[in-house]
Formats: sequence, C-alpha cells, structure tokens
Amino acid sequence: MSKHMTNIITGIAEIAEGIFRMRISSGYISANAKPGQFVNIKCCEGNDALLRRPISICSVDRPGDTYDIVFQKKGGGTGMLAGKKPGDRIDVLGPLGNSFDTGARHRRIAVVGGGIGVFPLLFVLDDSRAIVRRSYLGFRTSKLVVLENEFRFRSSSLEIATDDGSYGTKGFAPDILRRDISVEDFDMIYACGPEPMLRKVSQLAGEHNIECQISLEQRMGCGFGTCLACACKTANGEDGWKYSHVCKDGPVFNSRSIIFD
Amino acid sequence: MDIDMSVDICGIKLKNPVIAASGTFGFGREHAGFIDINKLGGISVKGLTLKPRMGNRPPRVAETPAGMLNSVGLQNPGVHYFIENELPFLRQHTAAVIANIAGNTIDEYCEMTEILSDADIDAIELNVSCPNVREGCIAFGTTPAGITEITQQVKRYAKKPLIVKLTPNVSSIADTAAAAESAGADAVSLINTLLGMAIDVETRRPVLANNTGGLSGPAVKPVAVRMVYEVSRTVKIPVIGMGGIFCGNDAVEFMLAGADAVMVGTANMIYPDACIKVCMGIEQYVRKLGYSRAADITGSLEMN
Repeated sequence: MSKHMTNIITGIAEIAEGIFRMRISSGYISANAKPGQFVNIKCCEGNDALLRRPISICSVDRPGDTYDIVFQKKGGGTGMLAGKKPGDRIDVLGPLGNSFDTGARHRRIAVVGGGIGVFPLLFVLDDSRAIVRRSYLGFRTSKLVVLENEFRFRSSSLEIATDDGSYGTKGFAPDILRRDISVEDFDMIYACGPEPMLRKVSQLAGEHNIECQISLEQRMGCGFGTCLACACKTANGEDGWKYSHVCKDGPVFNSRSIIFD
Repeated sequence: MDIDMSVDICGIKLKNPVIAASGTFGFGREHAGFIDINKLGGISVKGLTLKPRMGNRPPRVAETPAGMLNSVGLQNPGVHYFIENELPFLRQHTAAVIANIAGNTIDEYCEMTEILSDADIDAIELNVSCPNVREGCIAFGTTPAGITEITQQVKRYAKKPLIVKLTPNVSSIADTAAAAESAGADAVSLINTLLGMAIDVETRRPVLANNTGGLSGPAVKPVAVRMVYEVSRTVKIPVIGMGGIFCGNDAVEFMLAGADAVMVGTANMIYPDACIKVCMGIEQYVRKLGYSRAADITGSLEMN
C-alpha cells in the first residue's frame, strides 16, 4: 500500500553531469518498496512545479531505513529537487506502481538499461536470486556513465555501450544483448530505458521466446491511478488493444502485452 | 461551538460543501487508499459515456505555469459498468454521489439520464463542455441556445437533480447559466477547464498528442472566481464553484463570490487529502468570523 508522507533527505550527490543520487529516510518505503516501483515527489511547496515528479526507486537499505533515488536535473521541478540539502523535508507519495517479478524461479537473467532508465535495475539485481546475471547498460556518452561499480558488483558480467563510442562498446545495449542471447539461455530479461531500446529488447526476447519485463515512462498526472493521464497501448484479446496506465497497471509490463506505435 | 458544515444543493443534503470534481477522483477507489472518503461532502465521478471510451492518445497531460493541461478524452468504462461495478463501492460510503455524464448526441444524454435516474445516485451533472472530445459534448455547452436545448431534453428524463456544468470558453457565462436555469437545471457547476495549448519548442510540436487540452489548477482560479460571481448574481439556483481550489481560503473565495458548494479538482491529483484540508480550512474561516453555519458565508462578499 502506498502512503502520503513527509520524508527527510539524508544525502545528495551529483554522480554524473546533471545526475543526482538522493538518499531519503523512510522506514515504510525501505521496508515495503519492490524493484520497479517509484515515488512521486512534490519538489517544492506551492505552484512552481505544480505536479509531482515520478522517480523510480534505485535501491533500499532496509536496516538503515533509507531508500535511494537517482534523477536527472531537467527542468524546474528536478532543478529544485537537486538543490535540496540533507535534513530538508520532502512530500512523497509511495511506493507506487507494480514491480518487476524477481521470483526465485528466474535463474539466468539479463538486465538491459538505457540512460536514466538504468536505476531501477540496480534494485532488480539486489532483489534477484539468479545465478547468472548479465547487465547491459547503454549511455549517450562517457560522462553520463553512472553507477558502473554498483552494477559490476551485483552482476556476473557488465557490458557498457555508448552511442558515440567514448566509453565501452560503441553502439546500443540491445546490440550487445543480441550477441549473447542465443548462447546464454536466459529465462528472464528486465529492461528499462528509452522506447526505441525497449522496442528492440522486446523484439529480441520475442524472437528467442524469453520472458521479458519492461518498465515504461509516460507523462503522469497523479501517479496513483486516478487521473488516467499516463496511458500506454496494451494488447486486449486477439487483435485488440486498450489503454492501460503506466502509474497503476505498470510501470512494469510483460513485453508481449505492450503495443509500440 | 460546533460549526454546521452541511449545505443543501437542490435537495441534496451534503455533510459539507466540498465535492471532488469529476475526472480527478476516479470512482473514489484510489483516494480511499489514502484518506477516509466519508469525510467528503460529495464525489462527482469520472465522466461517463453510454459506451466505454478509450480516451485520447498520450501524452495526455502537460504542466504549465501554476497549472496543467489535460486531454484525457473521457476514458471511462461506460455507464452500465459504473452502475454495476463502481457505484456499489461508492455507496458503502456516505459522500453524495454525482454522476457526471457526457454524450455524443442529445439522445445519448437522455438515455444515460434515464438509466441513471433508476440508479442509486444523488444527482446528475451534465458535462456539456468537455474540450477534449471531437464529437458533440462541447458544442452543446458553448451557446445559450445549445444549453437550453440539451437541458430541456434531458430534464424530461431526469428523476434526479440535474446540475449543468458550464464551460468558461464562452463570451458570457452569465448568459449560458441563465439559459440552463430557465431550461430547468436544478443547479450549475463552474468552471470546466479553459481550452489551452502548450508547445515543445525543441520538437516544434504541441506537448499534448491531442494538440489542445483543458487548463486547470491555480492558474485558472481568478477567472473562475469572477465567473462564479457573475453567475451567482444572475441565477437563483444553487451554484457550485470550482477552478484551482487548493486550500480553505481558495474555497472561501468562491463561497464569498456566491458558491453554495465547491469542487476540488487538480489538487486531488497532487495531494490525495486535498478535499479534507479544504474542508477544514473552510470550517476554520467560518469559526474565525463567528458564524455558526458554513452556508452563512455564501454570497457575503462586499464589493468595493
């Protein structure tokens, strides 16, 4: 169950250009959050950034009663959030949305992330009991590569791709996945990132008949299922489709159920 | 001393003057996870259509200065599904239930009114002003003649109080309010959203897939207060005011301007407890002024 609460920030650091990692104190969220879930944060009091900003949970520290979020400073709301200091209070709704299935039956997993979509995948790796865990992360350029050590520590192997080739392999994360997918015998792929990446990963998973869960993004209003703003197309019956909602039916969907336009 | 917060809107007794506005509260289930929805005066449910509606393509929402644009496009499961699957849940609670309806044709409005008149609801709110759907709907709400026609027709089928929701996208909202009253409306609610547009300068395209959408939130409040003031001086039927209400004093502005009750909309999406906070704020104001009833402040504005 999600709650409306005031949390206290315990730490904030800029971990790459314009990318901030924030540690937030909440026994409730650290105890109850599952990988893939998000919090919806009011970045300021009043009307400057009127709507909340949905940000996925990157990791939880259950003994320490804290959780971490990582976000990119993009506009007014995230700009104000980036200016917060330890000790500041923030108004939070969470944990929200459904979660990745990290059940023990998944023994050989791949996580595929792109850009700011990599963060919830760290929580997936923390929660998963898989034996083989291969991570494929893509970034635009070297200075946007983040959390490399955290991913390396939690993975059997880590591959990094950059669009411009300034770090790791030149190209995109799904291209490296494509190389490995026929030999690795994965039983689950978790993916989060830009839509073209998700589309490629979904297609690969489909071709190799591997279960695949993807986390979607869409402009949100409320974040808890009441305003119906964050629509996404999902399969409905034989050939039909319907609008599901990222905040409540997702953000995690089985890749087969998503219809990419 | 206890303040009497109850208000009477065309025969519906509300335990307080705060109603959740249509489209911002679903059918109450999501908010019930955060708050006790029994504390609300009423709930105007997500706009219903005769058949289920998919709604518009995303993006459906854009933040704007002190406000937001939406173009959800009336996604809803249809009036029959509502009666069978959502209304029983609402009826386990004590808030009045207002069925907000939108149709493509006058016949559809009439059919829905007939269906809902036999359901366990407290009132029907005619959405004749949704800016986000192509067919019908807004066409009825933008002229006094259109309002007269639809209100008269629907009224013939209505066995429940009929609230006509007015659009601000007209040259004189007092004229459309007067048309609703003389055609038989039992109350009016205003304002629906203001038609707006936001553009992404990087892509040179509108942010919303639907190009335009309805503006709501604090940005529209002064416009809404002015319109409620004009309408309440024009009609004798009850007036329900809304537009950017986030706190008690916002609601008080509407009541001073002549609103008998208020609706809270956008605030529900940001603060799940917004309606309760607004209600507490109204009570504090009434107490501070030494009145015993919330209804006492309605229309007590003194003009300069």
